[in-house]
Amino acid sequence: MGNGWHGKLLRVNLNEKSCTTEALNMDWAAAYIGGRGLATKYLTEEVDPATDALGIDNKLIFATGPLTGTYGAANGRYMVVTKSPLTGTVACSNSGGYFPCELKYSGFDMIIVEGKAATPLYLKIHNQQAELVDAGHLWGKTTDETEDLIRAEFHGDAKVACIGPAGENQVRFACIINDKHRAAGRSGVGTVMGSKNLKAIAVRGTGGVTAASPTGFREAARETLKMLRQHPVTGEGLPALGTAILVNIINQSGALPTNNSQFGTFDKAEDISGERLVQTYLKRNKGCMGCVIACGRVTKLTDARFTGKGEGPEYETLWSLGATCGISDMAAIVKANYLCDEYGMDTITIGSTVACAMELFQRGLITEAEVGMPLNFGDSDAMVKLVEMTGKGEGFGKKIGLGSYRLADSYGVPELSMSVKKQEFPAYDGRAIQGMGLEYATSNRGACHVRGYLVSPEILGLPEKLDPQAIEGKAAWAKAFQDVTALVDSAGVCLFTTFSIGVPQVTKLLNAITGSTCSDDQMMVAGDRIWNMERLFNLKAGISPAQDTLPKRILSEPLPDGPMKGVVSRLPEMLPDYYSVRGWDVQGIPTTEKLQTLGLA
Amino acid sequence: MQKLIRIEPSKCIGCKSCELACSFRHRGEFAPSKSRIINEVFMDDAQFITVTCMQCDDPWCLKACPKGAIDKDVKSGIVTVDELKCVGCRTCVSACPFGMIKYLPETGKADKCNLCGSDFPECVAFCPTHCLKFSEEDLPLREKVLKFARTMKDGQGEV
Repeated sequence: MGNGWHGKLLRVNLNEKSCTTEALNMDWAAAYIGGRGLATKYLTEEVDPATDALGIDNKLIFATGPLTGTYGAANGRYMVVTKSPLTGTVACSNSGGYFPCELKYSGFDMIIVEGKAATPLYLKIHNQQAELVDAGHLWGKTTDETEDLIRAEFHGDAKVACIGPAGENQVRFACIINDKHRAAGRSGVGTVMGSKNLKAIAVRGTGGVTAASPTGFREAARETLKMLRQHPVTGEGLPALGTAILVNIINQSGALPTNNSQFGTFDKAEDISGERLVQTYLKRNKGCMGCVIACGRVTKLTDARFTGKGEGPEYETLWSLGATCGISDMAAIVKANYLCDEYGMDTITIGSTVACAMELFQRGLITEAEVGMPLNFGDSDAMVKLVEMTGKGEGFGKKIGLGSYRLADSYGVPELSMSVKKQEFPAYDGRAIQGMGLEYATSNRGACHVRGYLVSPEILGLPEKLDPQAIEGKAAWAKAFQDVTALVDSAGVCLFTTFSIGVPQVTKLLNAITGSTCSDDQMMVAGDRIWNMERLFNLKAGISPAQDTLPKRILSEPLPDGPMKGVVSRLPEMLPDYYSVRGWDVQGIPTTEKLQTLGLA
Repeated sequence: MQKLIRIEPSKCIGCKSCELACSFRHRGEFAPSKSRIINEVFMDDAQFITVTCMQCDDPWCLKACPKGAIDKDVKSGIVTVDELKCVGCRTCVSACPFGMIKYLPETGKADKCNLCGSDFPECVAFCPTHCLKFSEEDLPLREKVLKFARTMKDGQGEV
């Protein structure tokens, strides 16, 4: 009888072109759950946090959780963990699709990639057989082409995770695409893969995952399935409209960052909404493996100017390539989204970086001659062109490929980058939603919405409605959400399930699969442990707590429009409270006592 | 009447919950490669197709078996492999034109869908969108006929 684990990791050394199997450290698996937590534990043990993210000593870890590959709660996720070349913090990006489960079925729980290949290679895994093979013929190919070529030459049922030309060209925010359309998107995990000359990982796995308590697991899964299907968000909203359901909701809340966060509402939001996507290019919805929600958007472009097909755009992308660039041209957004998948780039960062460039143009800091075209807010043709140039590493696209912070900094105005720790905000204004401002400032991978999604209570009213402008208690909410998310990411469960299930459900599934008898409280402590471990990595990497802040615009320029007109972020009032709730000192450093209670000191 | 798993591809979301449920129930592990029901994802065409044994009226596998190990129950219509009689010769595997009976190395026997015997089919129980139904009547077919009939009706106008 198994326990959700195979107890094996594959260590791939690109210097020596070797693949070796190692026993998984099961003590660590118990303390850090798996996925995000376990991979970060390995990273902190094996990589000097101060190392160059694109240097030979950084490692790239692909990790499943104990629930990856099972049913019940959208358990088809894996995480890519490394040091980020965008932020200098720990990077940890999550993806679904079919690749994560296939990796699990191969008999490996985790892959650690180290060193750097002299020439492009890809990793081929067929159950317990792993080998590095030449990828010279794949270099320069899009993610779409790469997957087709690998399936043709290796195995028709292989699942592929790969980088596109952006990862090869060292665009700072390159992602790793699996199953053609799913992305381990943020913080430049694909850039690290490209720096190692590793083009792809292809897996064919015909084994399985077993549970310590089959009947207990089935029961917990049945219950979870029911809860997900009966909840209005996971049972109706997300299947019908996808994450794009949020465009109108967030705009009406005055929290849709527009024109590089110069405004909080977009008068053409309706044109880029989930409802509009249904009327135009949506073919159907789909799920990742083991998912019962199916928020995925299968789309096909039938516009006179653009063609293509694929998945998406998601809400964040409709915003980043839309509202924050002042763009309401749905066809152009869908096209740019496809280009981002094909070249392998994070849609949030690239959209936000184009928006930043547009503001630099608006202010006369960059010229038409430099870009090769005018770059006004709302110019969708220019946006699509820039996305393509960035993927190809051409002209001004090379500057966009640096991300908004490095771009704005090169013109002497880093404050025009809407980022924290050099990673761009997602699609929520930190002034209009106070808790999200706090979350951006304190997230361990720079600005991010999927580390502590306080939009859920502050806007959607889940699990209870909070006033988005209130600051009292937000620190405790941020901590709780951050810790739960760390747990969910580590288990291998999709974060979207947490609209309708909570820690008790995740605990039930985890206990049944692993055979452990953890309480909900112990699970929350594990989340807290993972969060603090990430914080320690960042501190050792030289990311000072002074970076737990927001751009000047969010802290001191009141929102000029919409229902939240006149507000700024009250981060300076919330941050001390947050440090205190975390058990950190006033400087934001975890105390020895705190670390001792978590088993980290 | 006999019940069958009825499949409505338009409702499928490509999640493979059916494969997971089947393999966990029958093999004790989540292993799609061992599932008796297959959910194929054709992303380029935006189509998700699920196939499983249709419990043929005149089964090729049954006729092919040299050991008489395959039987079709008169009452339920279920086509079953008797593992005590099966010698693992795989004649049935090559006989089935649909690829819905396979050889399992770990048991050394032929393996196919038996609609979970006397229990409710596990794949149907875990299908999140009711793309799979277990019924006597072919309800998805009835839905299609009705849709066509409604189109005809709307085209008639007022008489």
